[in-house]
Amino acid sequence: MGQEDEILGKAYDSKLMKRLLSYVKPYKKYVVLAIFLNIIVAALGPVRPYLTMIAIDDYIAAKDYEGLLMISAILVASLILQAIIQYVLTYYTQYMGQKIIYDLRIKIFSHVQKLALKYFDKTPIGRIVTRVTNDVEALDDLFSSGIVMVFSDVFIIFWIFIFMFIMDWDLSLVTLSVLPVLIYATFRFRKKVRDAYRDVRFHLARLNSYMQEHITGMNVVQTFTKEQEELEQFNGINSDHRTAHIHSVFYYAIFFPTVELLSSIAIALIIWYGGGEVVSGFMTVGVLFAFIQYTEMFFRPIRDLSEKYNIMQTAMASSERIFKLLDNDTRVQNPENPEVLQDVKGEIEFKNVWFAYNPGDYVLKDISFKIKPGETVAIVGATGAGKTSIINLFTRFYDIEKGGIFIDGQNIKDVDKHELRKHISTVLQDVFLFSGTIKSNINLDNDKITDEMAVEAAKTVGAHKFISELPHQYDEEVKEKGATLSVGQKQLISFARALAYNPQILILDEATSSIDTETETLIQHAIEKLLVGRTSIVIAHRLSTIQNADKIIVMHKGEIREVGTHQELLAEKGIYYKLYQLQYKDQEMTIKG
Amino acid sequence: MNSLSALNKYFVRYKKELAAGVLFILLSNSSQVFIPLLMRDSIDSLKENVNYSEIIKYALMIVGTAAFSGYFRFLIRMKMNVVSRKIEYDLRTDFWAHIQKLPLRYFQNNSIGNIMAHATNDINAIRMYVGPAVMYSIDTSTKFIFILAMILMISPSLTLFSLLPLPFLSYMVFRLSKRIHQKFTFIQEKFSELTTFAQESFSGIRVIKSYVREAKQIDDFKKLSDEYLARNMDKIKIQALFMPILFLITGVSVIVVIWYGGSLVINGVLTIGEILAFTAYLSLLIFPVIALGWVMNLVQQSSASMKRLNRILDEPYEINDSKDTKYSKNTVSGTIVFKNVSFKYKENLPDVLKNINLEIPKGSTVAFVGHTGVGKSSLINLIPRFYDVTEGQILIDGFDVKEIPLSVLRRNIGLVQQETFLFSDTLRNNILYGLNAENDSVVKKAAEIARLDKDVESFPNGYETILGERGITLSGGQKQRSCLARALAIDPKILILDDSFSAVDTHTEEEILVKLREFMKGRTSIIISHRISTVKDADRIFVLDEGIVVEQGNHEELVANGKIYADLHYRQLLEEELKELS
Repeated sequence: MGQEDEILGKAYDSKLMKRLLSYVKPYKKYVVLAIFLNIIVAALGPVRPYLTMIAIDDYIAAKDYEGLLMISAILVASLILQAIIQYVLTYYTQYMGQKIIYDLRIKIFSHVQKLALKYFDKTPIGRIVTRVTNDVEALDDLFSSGIVMVFSDVFIIFWIFIFMFIMDWDLSLVTLSVLPVLIYATFRFRKKVRDAYRDVRFHLARLNSYMQEHITGMNVVQTFTKEQEELEQFNGINSDHRTAHIHSVFYYAIFFPTVELLSSIAIALIIWYGGGEVVSGFMTVGVLFAFIQYTEMFFRPIRDLSEKYNIMQTAMASSERIFKLLDNDTRVQNPENPEVLQDVKGEIEFKNVWFAYNPGDYVLKDISFKIKPGETVAIVGATGAGKTSIINLFTRFYDIEKGGIFIDGQNIKDVDKHELRKHISTVLQDVFLFSGTIKSNINLDNDKITDEMAVEAAKTVGAHKFISELPHQYDEEVKEKGATLSVGQKQLISFARALAYNPQILILDEATSSIDTETETLIQHAIEKLLVGRTSIVIAHRLSTIQNADKIIVMHKGEIREVGTHQELLAEKGIYYKLYQLQYKDQEMTIKG
Repeated sequence: MNSLSALNKYFVRYKKELAAGVLFILLSNSSQVFIPLLMRDSIDSLKENVNYSEIIKYALMIVGTAAFSGYFRFLIRMKMNVVSRKIEYDLRTDFWAHIQKLPLRYFQNNSIGNIMAHATNDINAIRMYVGPAVMYSIDTSTKFIFILAMILMISPSLTLFSLLPLPFLSYMVFRLSKRIHQKFTFIQEKFSELTTFAQESFSGIRVIKSYVREAKQIDDFKKLSDEYLARNMDKIKIQALFMPILFLITGVSVIVVIWYGGSLVINGVLTIGEILAFTAYLSLLIFPVIALGWVMNLVQQSSASMKRLNRILDEPYEINDSKDTKYSKNTVSGTIVFKNVSFKYKENLPDVLKNINLEIPKGSTVAFVGHTGVGKSSLINLIPRFYDVTEGQILIDGFDVKEIPLSVLRRNIGLVQQETFLFSDTLRNNILYGLNAENDSVVKKAAEIARLDKDVESFPNGYETILGERGITLSGGQKQRSCLARALAIDPKILILDDSFSAVDTHTEEEILVKLREFMKGRTSIIISHRISTVKDADRIFVLDEGIVVEQGNHEELVANGKIYADLHYRQLLEEELKELS
């Protein structure tokens, strides 16, 4: 998260707001209905003091028991009606808010799924996750209470005015004279508290980042026996945090008694002015009674309105970040009219390919080679030689700068990239397992791959044995990142996955080594099965793989330096010879030994 | 509820403030209850054609009483809430002091997120008990008693009927907020599932794209979002009840006063003014009644938090000075002996080190080499007692390390760990971290040996440049060299370098080693490295394999030996050759 997420912008930006409101459009009917209900329900609270006035002046004063009972029944009815409408209203506005942010969340997630790998290379995963989760969540208040409830607050105040002025014009003006002060005090309080909380948040962030940092580096603290000094520093930050909170206590302490005092002043004004009028016979006691009840009703809507500012500010800040992501268009473009890939045989050709992750900084320079259908080609080279980049290009995870890549003579740029990928299975060095089951990790929840196919694939690569020894076999739960499985088991599962999709072309980035010889034998065997009958590109780390390859391409610093079979290249005594000594030779020893 | 008694010592610490707070509550509440009485008198006086000044007198008295009561209400918050913040502070300080003393083992077994959650959420929940919960329960109970006395005086039967619905309100608030809290926890669970799913999906994006499974991911995400939505609606269903129930019950109370009270007025038992006073009392009671239900919940939640926090606070220090500590030992000269040392991380895990015996004479340089995971780092972690040996003994200058005061032991060991960690502070403060003193010449000297001096020239503010997120990002090599400088700055008798040059280029490493040799005269150094060039000049080299010392000797002897060390040596020569190829 960090700083980017902390900066608070302005509270209102009409462009952002317009765009946000476009998400409300599908629910227009809800909004209209909600506003309509709001107008009604807003009247039901303020009507009761008015009815009370009638009760006092018309029935109690006239000693009319029946009338009193009737008006009490009306009061109860209004109360129940208000309760029901209020419930329905709250439920539906919240529901609408939830639906809107649901839509938005799915939209962002789908958008991210379509972004190119380039985007993921540059953006920390945590930040993207925040967009889909917390940032969307921050809009909840705006959609579920912000938009609709503004009407509620405004209409409550409106209705109170109406009833007051109907009863007594003069007394209304006298009573409302405290209103500007109340409004001023409330908004001023909001502002002060907002400032104070900004301060609190600042110190809280300091406190948290201090703790986070020092828990991470606790071994350094302990190595240098700095516990005492660190405690003092911690206390400094801790006490700043306390002081910031104590500042905010002051505003609360002064605000709430002020509100109470204002309402007492209003009551005193009503008694002073209204009392005189009652004595002179211009006004009834009931009106006085009702007015006193109104003095308590103003506060809540005014306070709610003052909170809308915060809601808007948070919403603007989050939506700005969300829209920035939605506007990001880092994609590998699909051709408009893709050529059809038919009967893929699996011939691959790289023709003078140049490629750079960052413009100008070429990691592949003028790469050309051709692989016949069914051939296995091993790519070898030191770290950073450009091996991984080659396999990234063939699946069109990235686009090249110059040259062309062809499958059966068709440029991969001219075919649908999803179609292309369907003919290729990629097995990466770091096996990525999803949380789910063993089966779902083999078929990746693809309906086209039946259970039999998944089991068959597992049998072929030799994974069936350990899977059938698990308590739930293929339905055994796989935890996040496959935490409960061994490295070798994870690899076998990824092989089964690649095989189950039965591709014409296989791309394999071999993991460096496995732990024990038993697993090693299993994996070697699995790789042999995997390569049979399909065009394969392998970034090889195994002696057996390079020995069985039809052709070995030796990469060095972004260029192809040597090509040939194992024996030919060894005889050359060039780069391959050295690489062999370094990476593969001792495998020979362990195999022999 | 027992767990909360751990807080009593903090309450005792602030007993004066708390006593003052209680006094203010009594003063504020006892005056506030007179306002409705004044309202009654003023209204009732209207019938008797009072003169104008009488009405003004009432009005002024209402404002005056409200001001008096309000003033003390201000003071209540200023006292009670401030105390709650002070207790929160004390609690957090104690928490931190404790955390710092926990052994490394604790931090490896507990995630940072988990510890942070205790430090933030749990302490927060406890503060809600210390502050609002305590304040409101005193406020509510006294206010309730005062008001009850007043309204009983006016009319016992009306009191009975109008208060009848209120206990139900307290109960409903208690039940509802409990349910809402539960539902909220369910929502949080789903939310973190949603977060994990997104996290996993974005991390595994390569696999997803490779096998063209984007649509399925979106589908699954939709399903999770549906469930999340459903759980939210579950909560909303209950939460939406809150306000309607609230005004339904309080509204019924008021209507009872108007209807039943109204009849009493018709009968001449009560006056209109008394009805008004009654409704005013009811509105004063509403908040305390709600607060009661809310407070009961707070107490439950904070006692659960306190229980979790107590579990941490009861965590033993494990590695600490003990009764056998010899405090007279206040310097270290540097002879290290491992005597039959075996070590494992946990009871049921295999031994990481098996019966190690070796001697490192004072002033010598020794090196440990071997493949990853053979126990090199575990071995050196035992010297400054980040872990204690499982069996055997480690002696420094003939003393068991367990007998040397921990601070003496660690202050004399300069340890540069494999994983670099620098604080987001200035470079100078990072180098001086272990020294506790300003000393420019030390900074310069340490930086010079670590070959940081040239880098510093290119930093925007030299030694005052801030490192980390808020400042500049150092390269891996610069980080390692800064950590080295930090260790050198404390002038250690024993220097331990745990693969500290892995990101430093060989040329710079060579320069550092030359300078280090000068610095290390008369000190003991222990070096772990994968690079032969780093260790070849050591007086003695130990080769570890699976927790056992399998080879030892100097460079020439080991190369001649033709085993693990010789193989490592040969490979590195090859690697060099490959790198030189253009």
